[in-house]
Amino acid sequence: MMPAQQGGSRGLVLRGLAKEYVPGKPVLRGIDLAIAPEGITAIIGPSGTGKSTLIRCINRLVEPTAGQILLNGEDLASLRGKALRLARRRIGMVFQEYNLVERLTVMENVLSGRLGYVSLWRAWLRRYPAEDIARAFELLDAVGLPEHATRRADALSGGQRQRVGIARALMQRPELLLADEPTSSLDPKTAVEVMELLARLTTAAGVPVIVNIHNVELAKRFAQRIVGMSEGQVVFDGPPEDLRPSHLQQIYGGEDWL
Amino acid sequence: MTATPDAAQAAARQAFAPNWMARAGAVALAAYVVYAMGRLDITWARLVTGIGEAGRFLGRMWPPNFERWELLLEGMLESIQIALLSSALGILISLPLGLMAARNLSPAFLAAPTRAFIAICRSLHYVIVAILFVKAIGFGALAGVAALTVASMGFIAKLFAEAIEEISMKQVEAIRATGAGLGKVLLYGVLPQVASRFTGFCLYQLDSNLRNSTLVGIVGAGGIGGTLFAAFKRFDYDFVAAILLSIIALIFLAEIVSGRIRAAMR
Repeated sequence: MMPAQQGGSRGLVLRGLAKEYVPGKPVLRGIDLAIAPEGITAIIGPSGTGKSTLIRCINRLVEPTAGQILLNGEDLASLRGKALRLARRRIGMVFQEYNLVERLTVMENVLSGRLGYVSLWRAWLRRYPAEDIARAFELLDAVGLPEHATRRADALSGGQRQRVGIARALMQRPELLLADEPTSSLDPKTAVEVMELLARLTTAAGVPVIVNIHNVELAKRFAQRIVGMSEGQVVFDGPPEDLRPSHLQQIYGGEDWL
Repeated sequence: MTATPDAAQAAARQAFAPNWMARAGAVALAAYVVYAMGRLDITWARLVTGIGEAGRFLGRMWPPNFERWELLLEGMLESIQIALLSSALGILISLPLGLMAARNLSPAFLAAPTRAFIAICRSLHYVIVAILFVKAIGFGALAGVAALTVASMGFIAKLFAEAIEEISMKQVEAIRATGAGLGKVLLYGVLPQVASRFTGFCLYQLDSNLRNSTLVGIVGAGGIGGTLFAAFKRFDYDFVAAILLSIIALIFLAEIVSGRIRAAMR
């Protein structure tokens, strides 16, 4: 099963990943992480600690300053042009504010997950392969929006939009799914429902997930592994049951809120 | 004058600071208007004779004379053709220009010169551009089409660029994250966000090109304007009236049609 590639191991390996938006002010200070090719890994930490930057470095929406990003053995940090686009299509992404194309229909948004695979011409004329369209309908059924294919994305509620966002990411048949605060714009009940959906569908598809999340309770409930970040560094790494108040104090600072 | 202490205090604390600069500016403007009217010989007596002349002129325009309708129709059709062609060309060229000028998607080394080029297209009035083209490529509709194409480029390319600069980059980011290249990002991330505004701009430009195409004929660049100018010079005021009424009817028609299209786009 294991492809014989340089670097060898399956899953995602970050080595010495660093990012400075302003020289001399590092946001990420040499992150070393190995993520198994299965399960949900939650990254927790205070706002502004580099969680979003970390996740965006992995699919290179943000350019890392230094370090390696090995996805199933291939270093993504050095890719350019077409090679980078081919790498991106293997990585699905779910966003805090859904980032659906508002004026396109739900179906067009879901199918946009195939943009890395179809030609420009087909994309323009919406001539997607029949199996892509069938899969899009399957995913819409799976996320609980079977009747919404032809509605415009801006007509949906927040929870519905995030479900479309999940369907779009899974449409890529990704080897890794990144989720950047997927529940922060949702009410508590919808947040749990969306996390449940994300966990169920990615487990069924065998896709590993890295999720940035503010809500520690949600992280403990859905993740098999928790990574705590503070000031651009990993300060906790372990299963949810090992996470103690002392760790939270170290991650977020202070103790009055606990 | 026995103000209570409270009122006196309130008066001392000014709620609205006097703006002496604005007041001085208003006085200076008023003074300049009086001076300019004197310089340009705008007097009451002049105005009264002027109104009398205008009355006689309007009297000679009535009733409008549509006897030479073939000439009129030919001119109007040429004007419409100039407007349509120059709008289509202008829009076609403006699409890439607007994209290249948008500072959020285009690199600075491309955006800056493109913006400069668009500014040059805008800086000269289209009648001046029409005169230049008449001198360069000769009398006729081609000069009018060229002039109005340049004018359209200057106008819509700038509006396109501004519309693109206002899009949500989050949607663009999401499309980039799927592994889409530039063309697909434009088709899925950018175009849907700007399409309805672009259509609005294009209709507006077609509207103003219809108006403008009736004028470029005066400098010999084709269309009804040439016929109008000739009728003026021969004192055929009744024919002038017929032409003016036709132009007004055309603009009204265009207004109604573009209003319908805009409403349907929403």
